[in-house]
Amino acid sequence: MRDGYEMVVGLEVHCELATATKLFCGCPNAFGDEPNTNVCPVCLGLPGSLPVLNRRAAELAMRIGLALGCEVRPSVFHRKNYFYPDMPKDYQISQYDAPVNVNGRLELPDGSVVRIERAHMEEDTGKTTHVGGTGRIHGASHSLVDYNRAGVPLVEIVSAPDIGSAEQARAYVTELRGVLVATGASDGRMEEGSLRVDANVSVRPAGSARLGTRCEVKNLNSLRSLVRAIEHEAERQSAILAEGGTVAQQTRHWDEDAGVTHPLRSKEEADDYRYFQEPDLVPLVPDEPLLAAARSGVGLLPADRRRRLAELFGGGAGAVSDQVQTVIELDLDQLVVDAVEAGADARLALARAANEAAARPERARHLDAGSFASLLELESAGTLSATQSKAVLAALLDEGGDPREIARRLGYEALDASELDRLVDEVIEANPAEWGRYLAGDEKVSGFLLGQVMRNSGGRANGKLVAEAFARRRTG
Amino acid sequence: MAELGIDEVRKVARLARLELSAEELADLVGELSALLDHVDAIRQIDLSGVPPTAHALPLVNVLREDVPRSCLDRDEVLAAAPETEEGRFVVPSILGDEP
Amino acid sequence: MSWIERGAAAIAAAVRAGEVTARAVVEESLARIAETEEQLHCFHTTLPDEARRDADAIDEAVRAGREVGSLAGVPVALKDNLCTRGVETTCSSRILEGWKPPYDATVVARLRAAGAVVVGKTNLDEFAMGSSTENSAFGPTRNPWDLDRVPGGSSGGSAAAVAAGIVPLAYGSDTGGSIRQPASFCGVVGLKPTYGLVSRYGLIAFASSLDQIGPFACTVADATLGLEAVAGEDPMDSTSLGGRAPSLRLELGGGVEGLRVGLLGDFVNDVSPSCARAANEAADALARAGAKVDELSIPEARLGLPAYYVIAPAEASSNLARYDGVRYGLRVEGPDVESMNARTRAAGFGKEVRRRIMIGTYALSAGYYDAYYGQAQRVRTLMTRAFEAAYEHFDVLLSPTTPSEAFPIGAKVANPIEMYLSDLCTVSSNLTGHPAVSVPYALGDEGLPVGVQVMAPALHEARMLKVAAALEAAAPAGARAPVAVGGRASPIA
Repeated sequence: MRDGYEMVVGLEVHCELATATKLFCGCPNAFGDEPNTNVCPVCLGLPGSLPVLNRRAAELAMRIGLALGCEVRPSVFHRKNYFYPDMPKDYQISQYDAPVNVNGRLELPDGSVVRIERAHMEEDTGKTTHVGGTGRIHGASHSLVDYNRAGVPLVEIVSAPDIGSAEQARAYVTELRGVLVATGASDGRMEEGSLRVDANVSVRPAGSARLGTRCEVKNLNSLRSLVRAIEHEAERQSAILAEGGTVAQQTRHWDEDAGVTHPLRSKEEADDYRYFQEPDLVPLVPDEPLLAAARSGVGLLPADRRRRLAELFGGGAGAVSDQVQTVIELDLDQLVVDAVEAGADARLALARAANEAAARPERARHLDAGSFASLLELESAGTLSATQSKAVLAALLDEGGDPREIARRLGYEALDASELDRLVDEVIEANPAEWGRYLAGDEKVSGFLLGQVMRNSGGRANGKLVAEAFARRRTG
Repeated sequence: MAELGIDEVRKVARLARLELSAEELADLVGELSALLDHVDAIRQIDLSGVPPTAHALPLVNVLREDVPRSCLDRDEVLAAAPETEEGRFVVPSILGDEP
Repeated sequence: MSWIERGAAAIAAAVRAGEVTARAVVEESLARIAETEEQLHCFHTTLPDEARRDADAIDEAVRAGREVGSLAGVPVALKDNLCTRGVETTCSSRILEGWKPPYDATVVARLRAAGAVVVGKTNLDEFAMGSSTENSAFGPTRNPWDLDRVPGGSSGGSAAAVAAGIVPLAYGSDTGGSIRQPASFCGVVGLKPTYGLVSRYGLIAFASSLDQIGPFACTVADATLGLEAVAGEDPMDSTSLGGRAPSLRLELGGGVEGLRVGLLGDFVNDVSPSCARAANEAADALARAGAKVDELSIPEARLGLPAYYVIAPAEASSNLARYDGVRYGLRVEGPDVESMNARTRAAGFGKEVRRRIMIGTYALSAGYYDAYYGQAQRVRTLMTRAFEAAYEHFDVLLSPTTPSEAFPIGAKVANPIEMYLSDLCTVSSNLTGHPAVSVPYALGDEGLPVGVQVMAPALHEARMLKVAAALEAAAPAGARAPVAVGGRASPIA
């Protein structure tokens, strides 16, 4: 982006709800079945058919609203009228000026807050594939339509234009996905299309309060595309402004291969959607049964998980925030919390989870927290060195079992105190000159003395304890 | 007489996806204007403060359990279609983009 | 007297008792179709084989001692905007010519379960838009009382089929008067229930917040039976009212002693002399029968027509968008999907339908929504409040059903506004959602039937039908069907 400009980004995220059936009919909400096999008069929009709202979809939509701190309100449905082959009724049942959720917010890991204007319910369209030409819509000879997806429940989450960088956009989508998965409302798979993101991007002179003309960017199929597209679009728009031009309001399509956006249609000629309240549906009121179902079954939200870990350190997890991030992304935070509960040291538990266990996240998620805690205690007590502890952890992840057993099997038998003393005394006897220098205050020679004990113990001695033993003899 | 011009009528025909001849469009200008005059009676009244009725019924929260029902047989569905290919409905090339 | 003339209740009772076979009754109906269809054109599709098969199945069930339902063996005709599985359903439009729904409307399923035998799908104004059945893409239906006259619309085929003694019971749909007005023109009873009482699932939509399905019959008792057989909550229709169908026939004979009847002066003053006279005479008859009759004025009622002619086309413009040549029905090819859609729709829809789609699209479009659709919805509230206020002083309201007797074929088709005025007395009930029924009362100055309309508050069908029955009893003879084709006021041989 050109110097002197800043970008303003708002994101529209469409989330497919994880219900068993579609929004207005009992057809299965499934992915990947044979075309046009999950259809009925309602989702095909056959003459005479009528919609009936899915209770579970309403509950999940409200649940999403609560998780995003929204006000959950009485709402109604509207018809959005436009013609397109993937629209069986040539109108979409959506929500317009009375949506179910308004005025929420999402706090990102870095502490920034993005306001959520609304999160409303609507039905999905069918899928069109284009035949001939490039397989893209332009130049195709004809198109084929599959209505299996038509009528699948969606919640569209619209943010305020509070996002100021492509990275922040990525953090927003990541955090939002975490929330949606935690609520059980969605499986959050961007690549499979259950989470779709469109970006509204505009630029303005840095520090200006007025919003520039925005363009909507579509076809963002991954977080990487999201970042690249936003950066490209901001650059494109700022270049125009820098040269004294004006940005045309358009919808643009992100071309992943070419790394550019192409204009679709000018917003000036946008369809007039002629919204009016859906006469075939009645209003939706958040009554007690709906709200109770909305509130229940929500797992911990990402922010709660971060907070929970931070509390293990008395609220100050700042120094290890990278480890906190890693552990949450890999769903290992419960392991850490449980291990600390069982007596493990918090800092050590977090470090081992973020650095070592993270190498095998799938196994780590099934690691028994009690075993993990025992292992960490062995390390804290000095019975195992750091190196040994990591080796035992690897073995634990592989086969499970008891940490002490594994340590013994690996030959990491702990030296008991008397054996340790004997080894130390032997080294002192065998190296009187070095011992003399150590007693006189020479710190450098302690490394030699320590090394001797370690060698004689076959690596079984704990360096920390050996150093303590020497120190005690000097003072004592 | 309500003034509804030919351009307006053409725009409405586009929104409604109706390909009308020049003659049909011209006729419609007169017909629609006459109709608008007729319904003008309701525009004259001050109804601010009267809420609109979207439904004759006081119903709310009519909901359906999230339980699958049997779907239509695909052959029956496709049999009604003007043109199909590989189990999908065929349409000629699409000019406009998905909104 | 033929079984058809004896009526639906009598047929069902006799079939259940084994006094007559369903087959025998349906043969009467089929014979009557053969006699009259060329002149009347009531039907788009007749179902002789299916009807015989269904009738035989009823007879088999009766012989086996199984339950056969409240309409056992009754031949019925269904307006061709009711989906019938595997049977062509066209809405009298070229755009659905040949289309066979893969499902039954709820009403159709309930009729079958009640043992009714469907003999055919009747002609209508295309997509139920019209007041004469002249807008059918397949030719008009003629009024059995006078073949040069319209039967009314949009449910003209169903009304005529009952009037001509083809079936004792038929079903239509009413959005602005499309059951009641043809009932009045054809000398039969036509009933529009409270909005939500009868499921709309499978009724091909015209205006969703106004449409209701209802029965035609020669007597109030049969119309009541016909309503009971189909009314009641349907989980497939979010706008259907909860609870079981009301039991209505119990009070029919209760009389009108002490009931407060309000004669709507606004409508009486706006109609032809014979229609006004019929309404006045009906009011007098009720007074003689013990009712307290008074005249009242509801000035807001006059706003009904303009409000209706915004709301109905607006909703229709959206409901008819789905006819785009992609999934079913007519397709006219084009180089791209946009022109394919536009050519298909222009070719498939008739003039009146195109007109209403255009006005409806306009009324909803940006910049005009508030002035038209928004305003019309407020008028709706105003009217509903006004009628509900009236019902604090009256139990039922009375008015003419139509502004005139059946007009000649071709008389109004060139002038849409003229045609729209036919709905003057009927649209209020669609806008408020209240029930209304037309009862044949008199013959007019031209020797044609004139009906009188009884209206009641929401869900007060029982009270409304009680008054209707009283009117029926008081009406002069010869004013109602069934009638021989072309024979004004002559009974069937």
